[in-house]
Amino acid sequence: MPLDNVVFWVFAPISIASAIAMLFQRNAVHAALFLIVNFFTIAVFYLVLGASFLFAVQIIVYAGAIMVLFLFVIMLLGVDRHESLVERIRGQRAVGITLGVGIVLELVFAIRAGVGFATRAPANFDEAVNRGGNAAALSRVLFREYFFPFEVTSILLIIAAVAVMVLAARPRAAPPAGDDVGARPGAESPSTRTTPTERPVEPVA
Amino acid sequence: MRTPISYFLVVSAMLFAIGTIGVLTRRNALIIFMSVELQLNAVNLSLVAFSRMHNDLDGQVLAFFSMVVAAAEVVVGLAIIVNVFRRRRTASVDDATVLRG
Repeated sequence: MPLDNVVFWVFAPISIASAIAMLFQRNAVHAALFLIVNFFTIAVFYLVLGASFLFAVQIIVYAGAIMVLFLFVIMLLGVDRHESLVERIRGQRAVGITLGVGIVLELVFAIRAGVGFATRAPANFDEAVNRGGNAAALSRVLFREYFFPFEVTSILLIIAAVAVMVLAARPRAAPPAGDDVGARPGAESPSTRTTPTERPVEPVA
Repeated sequence: MRTPISYFLVVSAMLFAIGTIGVLTRRNALIIFMSVELQLNAVNLSLVAFSRMHNDLDGQVLAFFSMVVAAAEVVVGLAIIVNVFRRRRTASVDDATVLRG
């Protein structure tokens, strides 16, 4: 049994099980921790598939920054809140699960028709595509063919950072009449409070 | 690599469906948001798998861009959830019914 097969069959059940466990958690903190496990298994899949740069980015950005942000917000809102089980729309849960199972079946049929279950990847990926290492090859493609979209994402990240500062500002910090703005010392409080929420933006840029 | 590419695609499809079920059935806005993240990651996994299958790095570049957009989306979405919580003292999506006609 080849090594990548062993890695796949070890990590695929962990991946699916942690996703399902996330679904059934009542406590939001536990759900976030199971999601971190799932992100780590996806990072391992990236490594098996020859995307070692995305492996690092997945762990740093997703399992690191984004999930820390999630946990921060959960702590901010309070961990002990549990959701009600009353269905506002009758049969919503059953219909949702049925649709989810339907999506799996449909996608598996699509994979069988479009890719085929036995199709293997070409063996010369590391020599033909990942020449000089995955990060070097990826940066060649990124900065030659995708340079303009790359620059556009930097604008997107700036917009997101500014939007969070606007959204996180307390309503009383921006009164309609401008007479008491200068007198209030809390004018700099939005920027200091939003510093943790901006954190995932920086490693990506 | 001896593992067929379709195995990764099936795992990706299952993760996407689990995320869909989470979005459709859960009420807590934070858990719905985590399910959306799971869906995004499932699609990223299928992009990387297709990139491996076609011997081409374009799929990995697209997954990279999707990670950037997801980071921006998480930041804005969580700020919105915090803002809604500040006003209505709840994170349940059933209680945000102001826009209902």
